[in-house]
Amino acid sequence: MDAKERLAIPPQPMPEQSPHERIGNQREVPQGYGPEAAMKEACRCVRCKRPFCTEGCPVGIDIPGFLEAVEKGDFALGIRIIKRRNVLPAVCGRVCPQEAQCQLGCTVGKFHHDPTKSVGIGKIERFLADWERATGKVEMPTKAAPTGRKIAVVGSGPAGLTVAGDMIVLGHSVTVFEALHKPGGVLVYGIPEFRLPKEIVSREAENLKALGVEFRLSTVVGRTYPMEEVLEDFDAVFIGSGAGLPKFMGVPGENLLGVFSANEYLTRANLMRAFDFPANDTPIFRGRKVITVGGGNVAMDCARTALRMGAGRSLIVYRRSETELPARIEEVHHAKEEGVEFHLLQAPLELIGDERGWVSGMKIEKMGLGEPDSSGRRRPIPIKGSEFVEETDSVLVAIGNSPNPLIPSSYPAVETNRWGGIVANEATGQTSVRGVFAGGDIVLGAATVILAMGQGRIAARAMHAYLLTGRWDDLEQAVSAQGGMQ
Amino acid sequence: MHQILSRETIGPDVCRYVVEAPEIARRRKPGQFVIVRICEGGERIPLTIADADPQAGTITLIVQTVGKSTLQMSRMGPGDLLADVAGPLGRPTHIGNFGTVVCVAGGIGAAPLFPIVQALHLAGSRIVTLLCARNADLLIMEEDLKAVSDELIVMTDDGSRGIRGLSTDGIRMLVDRGLAIDHVFAIGPPVMMKFVCKLTGELGIPTTVSLNPIMIDGTGMCGGCRVTVGDATKFACVDGPEFDGLQVDFDELIRRLGAYKDREKEALEHFRSDCRLGQ
Ligand SMILES: Cc1cc2nc3c(=O)[nH]c(=O)nc-3n(C[C@H](O)[C@H](O)[C@H](O)COP(=O)(O)OP(=O)(O)OC[C@H]3O[C@@H](n4cnc5c(N)ncnc54)[C@H](O)[C@@H]3O)c2cc1C
Ligand SMILES: Cc1cc2nc3c(=O)[nH]c(=O)nc-3n(C[C@H](O)[C@H](O)[C@H](O)COP(=O)(O)OP(=O)(O)OC[C@H]3O[C@@H](n4cnc5c(N)ncnc54)[C@H](O)[C@@H]3O)c2cc1C
Ligand code: SF4
Ligand code: SF4
Ligand code: FES
Repeated sequence: MDAKERLAIPPQPMPEQSPHERIGNQREVPQGYGPEAAMKEACRCVRCKRPFCTEGCPVGIDIPGFLEAVEKGDFALGIRIIKRRNVLPAVCGRVCPQEAQCQLGCTVGKFHHDPTKSVGIGKIERFLADWERATGKVEMPTKAAPTGRKIAVVGSGPAGLTVAGDMIVLGHSVTVFEALHKPGGVLVYGIPEFRLPKEIVSREAENLKALGVEFRLSTVVGRTYPMEEVLEDFDAVFIGSGAGLPKFMGVPGENLLGVFSANEYLTRANLMRAFDFPANDTPIFRGRKVITVGGGNVAMDCARTALRMGAGRSLIVYRRSETELPARIEEVHHAKEEGVEFHLLQAPLELIGDERGWVSGMKIEKMGLGEPDSSGRRRPIPIKGSEFVEETDSVLVAIGNSPNPLIPSSYPAVETNRWGGIVANEATGQTSVRGVFAGGDIVLGAATVILAMGQGRIAARAMHAYLLTGRWDDLEQAVSAQGGMQ
Repeated sequence: MHQILSRETIGPDVCRYVVEAPEIARRRKPGQFVIVRICEGGERIPLTIADADPQAGTITLIVQTVGKSTLQMSRMGPGDLLADVAGPLGRPTHIGNFGTVVCVAGGIGAAPLFPIVQALHLAGSRIVTLLCARNADLLIMEEDLKAVSDELIVMTDDGSRGIRGLSTDGIRMLVDRGLAIDHVFAIGPPVMMKFVCKLTGELGIPTTVSLNPIMIDGTGMCGGCRVTVGDATKFACVDGPEFDGLQVDFDELIRRLGAYKDREKEALEHFRSDCRLGQ
């Protein structure tokens, strides 16, 4: 097939539950490619000499390589190529912001002047991972001979799981400590079932267990197990404790009843499965008209969860315009299809309560757009005299999360920056304390799954070098000396 | 999984459990709590560590039946397993020799208060404990508290045991008696703590309270446990549960505790009808 023929193939659609149907259940919205659609979509790739897709993927997957395998129907090879770089393809295929990463620079999308027409890399990645799981042909990596070294991983989000997976394969003994009762971090407590079935996350954890990783759940490092003792008992530690501290707006009325942080709302729904109340014990407040404040993935998840909890209306209030929405395009698109109302260029000023202390309204101010700020996005500027009140019976605050303060506050020896994040060397994940590495949202602030995994990768590689050589001050050189470990 | 080693009824709807939890027993300090999940699908409920035996590797929990989860727990006994026990959580009580301390326990509040009294006593404070309840049946832990207090005064709202009156009447009585109180610790229903703090505020006595807002994770992640203390919003699970009582907005706490009332009732009904079906 020549390039012209390839470029003529239209993007293969993925079957989805209809909006009307899906807001009545928790099942996944896009239902995945079948083998034919995946192969056809893979044919759209023109095999660039310089693959911009691979450059855009934070973990550098050989994308043209796996697409070629899929085109030929060799799915086993395809998934093997992905797994060289990415241990959680079923997750990333679903939740990566592909349009800002691998699919951003894709030649095919460029050719059509439409990034949504790029090769559906994420969709194919998901297909391969699902195919592998469904066929039960999950290839377990071979483990190196035991090194006799023990490492601890704090937090079982994507960063921690990546480190655990890499280190166990390298022959080290690995123990993962997780504060909550299930492994997965945001993948289990934050991202909803209808975007990422929890079955997938627990399978990944099971695979790690099968490789020999020990999970100690409901164990809070810094409380159940002080960092000082962890350091005595293990040869090295990776901190992947995430950005779990919810930000609030700081407007009057925020502690009224019916006002929840996104984390609380989503944790009730996902981790505690409150959507199946009272069969599960944890309740969730089912608002009739729910306002979510924010414009990222977290806000989309809240607004869409609210619909599934029976809200008649679900509104998003965001202070910038549509082009600045930080959420994945697909999430915004799905939210709109489901009937989420976008109230853009609006910012809450105050929450108003009724006589029983429940929220009953939000005082909102309209915004205009000014000059671009440091983030390159145009700064919202309040329009004087534009205030109005929107009635509501529940408000979800989804304006971001800060680094989890549990470790930094209980273990001040580890250096932090002024946002409360742990300071770590970009090339190695080393912190200010010998033997302690860190990565993921605790370092980056709220970022993405794949960036957290990428940092886990880097840290695992450096940790391995540290355990073998005992070098710390010049660990970076030791890592490069070790070379093509991966 | 954590095994329940013993269960003993110590009051109407109040049970004392000894639970296997070696790491928590070794590290817990007074004022800290655990989050318990009884079974798969269960809620995460916060419970104070009332006592611990590091040698035996056990902790003591004292639980009052108020809703679905605590009712379910009340039906468990030796040999039964709790799905998860996470902790110790929260900041430990600041313990020291505070001089003369009045410790006020309201109802089930005696349980969280006990380890604090014990530690303050060890640190050399002089302790007068006011053990208060609505009526005689509801008094718990009298012997335990007596053993670690210099003086223990029992009070009931209806006068069915000890002195008749509310905890605030008890504090006034002590002041009238000429007792120079350096510090008050008060743990009990939010309304009780509110009125104690109103009084101690007027009297200018520093007061520590332990708050019991609704919690989920207990690690500072959800913000569901937020309380207003002075001008600041605090997360009780990581910044507390103890706070300067004179600064706490109790009305807000009381309102927020009622957030899920109807739903909790529904869970309880569901559980009861399930049990009936099961019989
Ligand atoms: C609602 C929501 C939607 C999102 N959607 C997307 C998306 O579509 N695409 C995307 O790429 N990213 C998304 N993100 C961001 C992404 O989930 C995070 O960037 C990523 O999970 C960070 O991974 P992590 O491993 O650093 O930490 P986390 O996933 O946050 O995991 C940290 C874990 O550490 C545990 N922990 C913390 N402290 C301790 C301690 N002291 N002891 C033991 N355990 C501890 C926590 O309980 C938690 O389980 C979303 C985030 C949220 C909240
Ligand atoms: C730090 C802390 C320490 C505590 N220590 C003890 C203790 O030692 N012994 C004890 O008996 N109780 C203690 N509690 C209260 C206990 O957690 C609740 O009684 C329990 O969660 C109720 O669960 P339920 O399903 O039985 O009742 P539900 O049906 O859920 O609720 C019944 C009532 O209990 C209150 N409540 C509900 N959920 C919570 C919650 N998560 N936290 C607090 N109150 C809630 C509500 O006001 C509600 O009206 C403590 C609470 C906190 C925050
Ligand atoms: S990991 Fe994410 S960014 Fe990389 S190829 Fe897969 S979907 Fe794209
Ligand atoms: S940039 Fe697009 S067309 Fe080029 S190799 Fe990558 S996926 Fe294929
Ligand atoms: S219980 Fe979630 S932040 Fe305190």
